[in-house]
Amino acid sequence: MSSAVTKDHAELAEIFNRDEPRVDWHDETLWWVRAKRDIAAQKLPEWELLRETASQIKNNVLSNLSEYLTQFEANAIKNGIIVHWAADAAEHNQIIHKLLSDRGIDRMVKSKSMLTEECHLNEYLIERGVDVIDSDLGERIVQLAGEPPSHIVLPCIHKKKEEIGDIFHEHLGSAKGESDPKILTETARQHLREVFLTRRSALTGVNFAVAETGEFVICTNEGNADMGAHLAEIHIASMGIEKIIPERKHLGVFLRLLTRSATGQPITTYSSHFSKPQAGKEIHIVIVDNGRSIQLGRKDFRNSLKCIRCGACMNTCPVYRKSGGHSYHTAVAGPIGSILAPNLDMKKYADLPFASTLCGSCSNVCPVKIDIHDQLYKWRQVIVQEGYSPKAKTLAMKGMAFTLSSPGLYRAAGKMGRFTFKYAPFAVNNGMNPWYKHREMPKAPEESFGEWYKKREGEKR
Amino acid sequence: MSREKILAAVKANQFTSAELPDLNVLASLTATDANLVEKYTAIASAGGSFVYEVADLEAIKTILQKEFKPGVQVISGVAGLTDYTDAASVVHELSHSFANVELTILQSNLGVAENGALWLTEEQMHIRVLPFIAQHLAIVIDKNNFVPTMAQAYEKIGDARYGYGAFISGPSKTADIEQSLVIGAHGPRSLSVFIIT
Amino acid sequence: MKVALFVPCYVDQFYPKAAIATLELLEKLGVEVHYPKNQTCCGQPMANSGYEHLTTGCNNLFIDNFSGYDYIVCPSGSCTLHIKEHLHSPQSEDKATEIRKRVYELTEFLVDILHVEHLEASFPHKVGLHQSCHGLRGLHIAQMSELVAPAFSKPAKLLDMVQGLQLVQLGRQDDCCGFGGTFCVAEEAVSSKMGKDRVDDHIEHGAEYITSADLSCLMHMEGILRRQNSNVKVIHVAEILNHSIQ
Repeated sequence: MSSAVTKDHAELAEIFNRDEPRVDWHDETLWWVRAKRDIAAQKLPEWELLRETASQIKNNVLSNLSEYLTQFEANAIKNGIIVHWAADAAEHNQIIHKLLSDRGIDRMVKSKSMLTEECHLNEYLIERGVDVIDSDLGERIVQLAGEPPSHIVLPCIHKKKEEIGDIFHEHLGSAKGESDPKILTETARQHLREVFLTRRSALTGVNFAVAETGEFVICTNEGNADMGAHLAEIHIASMGIEKIIPERKHLGVFLRLLTRSATGQPITTYSSHFSKPQAGKEIHIVIVDNGRSIQLGRKDFRNSLKCIRCGACMNTCPVYRKSGGHSYHTAVAGPIGSILAPNLDMKKYADLPFASTLCGSCSNVCPVKIDIHDQLYKWRQVIVQEGYSPKAKTLAMKGMAFTLSSPGLYRAAGKMGRFTFKYAPFAVNNGMNPWYKHREMPKAPEESFGEWYKKREGEKR
Repeated sequence: MSREKILAAVKANQFTSAELPDLNVLASLTATDANLVEKYTAIASAGGSFVYEVADLEAIKTILQKEFKPGVQVISGVAGLTDYTDAASVVHELSHSFANVELTILQSNLGVAENGALWLTEEQMHIRVLPFIAQHLAIVIDKNNFVPTMAQAYEKIGDARYGYGAFISGPSKTADIEQSLVIGAHGPRSLSVFIIT
Repeated sequence: MKVALFVPCYVDQFYPKAAIATLELLEKLGVEVHYPKNQTCCGQPMANSGYEHLTTGCNNLFIDNFSGYDYIVCPSGSCTLHIKEHLHSPQSEDKATEIRKRVYELTEFLVDILHVEHLEASFPHKVGLHQSCHGLRGLHIAQMSELVAPAFSKPAKLLDMVQGLQLVQLGRQDDCCGFGGTFCVAEEAVSSKMGKDRVDDHIEHGAEYITSADLSCLMHMEGILRRQNSNVKVIHVAEILNHSIQ
């Protein structure tokens, strides 16, 4: 990490927007995924009831989480799974490193886990001499590029196939200039097959953990989680405490929603239920808090813990589509990331709740009905109250509130054009004004409605 | 210890209890048993599976003879399809050697019409990696073993105990490069489904 | 029926024509309209910026101005939604509650309360309807594309009553225009890009006019259209519904 001051969402988005055709391409690609989601949802007349049911199940989970966690742990142990608890990212990383070093393992294959991105596990292990290879194709691509994923479901959605071709040419020896997705995927298949066959340890995420049975479910299209987990001696699964669901039958609700919301497929290719280790092998689960219990205690924000990581809110978000995942400078980008991140570090992520027009599309595609845009609004209030808002902005807002609280001041400000200058910044016609960069200011009318109405009243009399 | 710390923090921050919703309404809404094989076939085919309706195991053998070159390694876990390496005879310690398997044939007793998924437990896979590591996968299922949606699928699974189980709905695939669909990511390059009529 | 007209501050200052059209249209439909003269702003600009705690003055003023009416009608979905969701007052919460229940965006008032089925209006043009987010997803004046639910649109229903008017189909029926209050300057790059793309969708589908039940979106899109020297114009839905061949 560089010591330079971190750029905020607006600055990073401005950089992203310097290449307009690329923004168009990014926007259209994600809109296409949103459209596929719509088609899949429209095929189920019971869709809205399904969302409501999922949301209610998660309500129940969050209101009984400690009981469900203990129940899950007890059943998992009964099944022969070894359970670990990590209070934060550091402890999570230490546990995993110790599991590996105790066994003399220095190479690991990993399938997708946003939690390990959140904990920066890869960096931690690599610094300690462990070779980590991400096996999800998209994750492997960004890993080779030295970048974090830009989307939780489509990690390299920001990369063009030609760029991926160059990365593969450099790292995996594909032909120079080759950019056919079929050929590039085959190159990755050959490369990763060798990895799967030679790694003694595999790490996966967890989509759902069932309290009633102690099993956990992982969903992939590629089959990479299974290839890794079944071939390794030790399978480590990292899960946040909120991944619990009460009973196995509830999978019948969530698995119907997850992939339809994510990519528009009716289900992923593989929905794998891990209950017991294979004879002679180990399964470990690391249950991670890392701020989640604090979020649970925030009345206005705890619903964010219902998230099943489908990414639908990102695909539909016009700001995400036109600013790219990396503009959010956090592991989970987009609307959901913007309500999760301030819980972890309010100062660092003070910009994210403002990276939204509050259009509300996110809340309405969300399969578990998280009130995302309302939470963005509420985070804005918290961030201001906690003092993470620029002083100049606070001053301007105070002046604005003062003027607008007084009809006399408001009318005077309007007449003198001061309303325009001070409180409608978009209406100032100069180079310093961000509005004016791409937009003309509204034409000032001869009279305000109030003035017109007063005249009309006079005429009537 | 972190366990106690986490559980205490969670317990302190849990809010008033919310009841679990009744799933019966949803289940009843979707419990339409008409044309399940037809619906399954349409969805599975759209997802990249090759679906065959066959009269018996002999018909499967004939199709496989046409589709696969003689001499390639085929492992079968289906009782009655005995011309191939018997899945019951291989052991998981040899998992890594299955990288050369051309085709795995397995039995499923539960298919889902709404999404093309077929349920297999470890018992039917024999070895967990078998349906993933082979270059191609074939699954045999009886036409009477389909249910409309995942709601009924989990009703059927009930409280069965298994070490491992998976819904498999097609060949391994990815769309990570510019959203172009490529079949054959890390697992099988094709899934053939034989529905015994 | 005693109806108060709530004219948002930026409409008052920049788009008086839309407010005049709203007033005239309501009067044409036989409504007795009052305009409380001391009104200023709903407080949304502060609240959406995280300063809801500074809106006490605005809230109290709003309550003073708008208490005691059967309905409060506003030609802006966004400002209506803000009042509906955030108007509170520790001193007179009962009055605030009444107002929250009685405030209506213009098109929903026309359709749900006045049950307008016929309009003497004509506007022989191709028109693109911009579904403003707060009216759409907040007030539900039309069905949003996200939900699996029957389609309807109160503004479109009214526009269908206008002679000669032809609504154009859009590529994306309800994507946001990117205005977003202070978002338009704080996130200038994304905001402008969103606005450009929205405008392009209307132009590509042949719109001569872009209309909406919210002027903030129209103001944004107008800024872009005028920068492009486009012939396409923006017009508030009230101006169309009040429009007749001279």
